[in-house]
Amino acid sequence: METPNPVSLSIRRERTLEKSVTRGIKEKIIALVLLGCALVSVLTTLGIILTLFEVTVEFFQEVSFAQFFLDTRWTPLFADQHFGIWPLINGTLLISAIAMLVAVPLGLAAAAYLSEYASHRLASTLRPALELLAGVPTVVYGYFALTYVTPLLRNFIPLDVFNALSSGLVMGIMIIPTVGSISLDSLRAVPSSLREAAYGLGATKMEVTTQVVFPAALSGIAASIILGISRAVGETMIVVIAAGQQPRLTLNPAEQVAAMTAYIAQVAAGDTPRGTIGYKTLFAVGSTLFLITLLLNIISYLIAQRFREVYD
Amino acid sequence: MASPPQISSTPQSIFRPNAKHREAISKIFRIICAIGLGIGLVVLGLLLVDVFQDGFARLWQPGFFTGNASRFAQKAGLRTALLGSVWLLILLLLISVPIGVGAAVYLEEYAPKNRLSQFIEINIANLAGVPSIVYGLLGLGIFNELFGLGPTLLSGALTLSLLILPLIIVASREAIRGVPQSMREASYGLGATKWQTVSNHVLPYAIPGIVTGVIISVSRAVGETAPLIVVGAVGYLTSNPGLLRRFSALPIQIFDWISRPQAAFTNTAAAGIIVLLALLFVMNGTAIYIRNRFSTFR
Repeated sequence: METPNPVSLSIRRERTLEKSVTRGIKEKIIALVLLGCALVSVLTTLGIILTLFEVTVEFFQEVSFAQFFLDTRWTPLFADQHFGIWPLINGTLLISAIAMLVAVPLGLAAAAYLSEYASHRLASTLRPALELLAGVPTVVYGYFALTYVTPLLRNFIPLDVFNALSSGLVMGIMIIPTVGSISLDSLRAVPSSLREAAYGLGATKMEVTTQVVFPAALSGIAASIILGISRAVGETMIVVIAAGQQPRLTLNPAEQVAAMTAYIAQVAAGDTPRGTIGYKTLFAVGSTLFLITLLLNIISYLIAQRFREVYD
Repeated sequence: MASPPQISSTPQSIFRPNAKHREAISKIFRIICAIGLGIGLVVLGLLLVDVFQDGFARLWQPGFFTGNASRFAQKAGLRTALLGSVWLLILLLLISVPIGVGAAVYLEEYAPKNRLSQFIEINIANLAGVPSIVYGLLGLGIFNELFGLGPTLLSGALTLSLLILPLIIVASREAIRGVPQSMREASYGLGATKWQTVSNHVLPYAIPGIVTGVIISVSRAVGETAPLIVVGAVGYLTSNPGLLRRFSALPIQIFDWISRPQAAFTNTAAAGIIVLLALLFVMNGTAIYIRNRFSTFR
């Protein structure tokens, strides 16, 4: 990030030759080692892409694109094999949609309250408390969805034991900090002169918040929501535990569904030796998942960059 | 933007005072926002109460901490899982801290402004958004198969290390960025080389921030389940863990108990969750303590 320090360069020139040669070599080695550390992240990305796509290519040598994208059933491990990815995507999107219906209003309400209403002291206590929600391990959320939320909801509505609804609701709670924190930062970045101008025109606090501050912070809010969707799509343990393992094409949140991540976890939990079709499906589904989240992350990044309002 | 100045542009007869009405709506909006914030916190509270109700009694039954996995809920213990998590914790620190801090030092102190540095930056930002289960597939493909480690503790630790590397790098960079430029200049002024400056002045000054970031990142890994499932951790282990052996971990053990059909396992799982949450609480508490304790120096 930083430009090479001019001071260090001039010092190096003035040092005695002998000393600077050995020191120079040592310094170079250290710089290379540190560069190596930084390159581990590049290698990780390469590793992810190569492993995912290597096995995915093997998968598509056995299964045609038509079977993968046009079939409506996903039963790769049954005698009657079908490889249609849509039921898994359906499960993922259904649960993610429910989660976002919870996370967006609650996250934005929390952000609005902390930024516009709460005193600085209150906000600095409540914000970390809210962010605790992101620190709870997802296996714990899964437990909560299965043993608390589902039985609670079943008092009112008929639900399968495993269902999209309670896993979606709990996942939404988990994502509140993702939406809330990033939105909060962008709400706070809106200069107070805009607010004061609106107050000067006689606007109420709500009008200022919803018609001045929110529009001014829209890029950050949109980026936070898309990042939240990406979180939801990639979340595994809640859906494995509470949403079930039945790949289905359905929009009924009371039913059992299987998300992409749930399929991967379920099949990987049993031993699937390399070379079997089960092993290959893991990576085919994993590639799909990776591409979807990558796309969402890129969109979120672009929105944040492209539409960022810069205030002085 | 704000409502148009109706008063000046319209005849007096059309003007209706509505300030009271609008102020009332505004107050309701405030309450709605507070409720939105409150719901998240209430659910967090409910979750904790639920877990403690289900598991607190089970926690103190003999053998919970010293027993191995079992088919019977009343006999099942945490020993192998706890050991597995401790092993993972140590390996994570050994693997990811040097690499993560090294990468952070490189990016903050060494990296020239060129394409490569930019590429590395984008890479790290992107890696932080990759779903954890995809890291599991990476571990399965590279460490288990390509390196031939198989479903072992080492493979799991390497996988989790890669998972938290972006977090450690980001936290360490922030800490290093907080070191005042005057420190570096003073060091250079005394004739120190770049590395002498970094190792003797920048890093010691940044250490509280780095340690805080490392603890928070590592605690994230301790609660991770999905990648370990894919790499091959199991929840019914009875032997002691070893570097090249099959392994268990707290969240894996909890998941195993949750997925068992017998009702009694619910309480055992809840007791396991209490232990996991307590561990994370202590780790994060330590991190916050270190941050607050040492930030007074600045």
